Amino acid sequence: MSIAVAHDDPTHLGVLAKVVHEGPASKRVVTGYGFWIFLLSDIVMFSCFFAAYAVLSGQTAGGPTGAQLFNLKSVAIETACLLLSSFTCGMASIAAEERNRFWFQVAMGVTCIFGLAFLWIEFHEFADLVARGAGPSRSAFLSAFFTLVGCHGGHVSAGILWLLTMMAQVLAKGFRADILRRLLCFALFWHALDIIWVAVFSVVYLLGSAA
Amino acid sequence: MRDAELPYTHDVAPGDERHASVRLRVLGYVVGLALAVLLTATSFFIAGTNLVWQPSIPIAVIVLAIAQMGVHLVFFLHITTGPDNTNNVMALAFGLLIVLLVISGSLWIMANLNQNMMPMDQIVQMQR
Repeated sequence: MSIAVAHDDPTHLGVLAKVVHEGPASKRVVTGYGFWIFLLSDIVMFSCFFAAYAVLSGQTAGGPTGAQLFNLKSVAIETACLLLSSFTCGMASIAAEERNRFWFQVAMGVTCIFGLAFLWIEFHEFADLVARGAGPSRSAFLSAFFTLVGCHGGHVSAGILWLLTMMAQVLAKGFRADILRRLLCFALFWHALDIIWVAVFSVVYLLGSAA
Repeated sequence: MRDAELPYTHDVAPGDERHASVRLRVLGYVVGLALAVLLTATSFFIAGTNLVWQPSIPIAVIVLAIAQMGVHLVFFLHITTGPDNTNNVMALAFGLLIVLLVISGSLWIMANLNQNMMPMDQIVQMQR
């Protein structure tokens, strides 16, 4: 009974004493941790763009404000696309761990379609803004807006290229250990993009339309 | 990685989780998606409603956004508070510190400069 309790309790000293010299962490842990550090530095970079946007959001230079420009319905559809693609990306991770090629390719394909739909809507939004004379050179507010949202869109585009590369690599090479490490990093990247989008639709679109 | 049989003192890569069965892992993503949809819908509803006191809306939207980021971290990125996740959490905490310093510092300093700046028409008059 007491042994079972010791195994259930991760901080129990008896368990800690058993595993002392384990050697270096596995390559999967090292790779994942290094990519996690990169993602956090990417988030720090985004926080600079968010700070710039927050400071400049009122500087419209007599031009249109966010409340006049933003269409919340298309933002809601974009959000749904990214949320669902994050979910199907998780399904792809599970399929990869189960070594199931069919469901892996299906889940990655659906993820790709949702990502492309997101980019399509965003591209049309940008083209519409430029056509209405509200391009990035109109005001400091619009410069900050296009930089921040465009930077996120660029990340999503890069993520889709990476996604297609991973589909092809699994097709050609199967679930090798190095391919699985790349998949781990890709999943982290895709979920992190979703976290940044949460900040974008809250701070830029919802607060911008309310003000 | 399925390493549920290993003792907890092994580190876990960010994004990996310990549950063994497929059903439990799928359930984790489903719960995460449901919470995220709920928080997003609340956010969009709050931003466009007249039901609540208007000055509270920005704070409500920001609180909901932070809650949703937490949901994504736990259910999609599998960052937990377990001892096998200490390194991941410490890196996250440092990243959050920098993010908070950059955003709050920029807003604070720029608001202060704005307040101390002379109105534009007075600057124009001084230049004559």
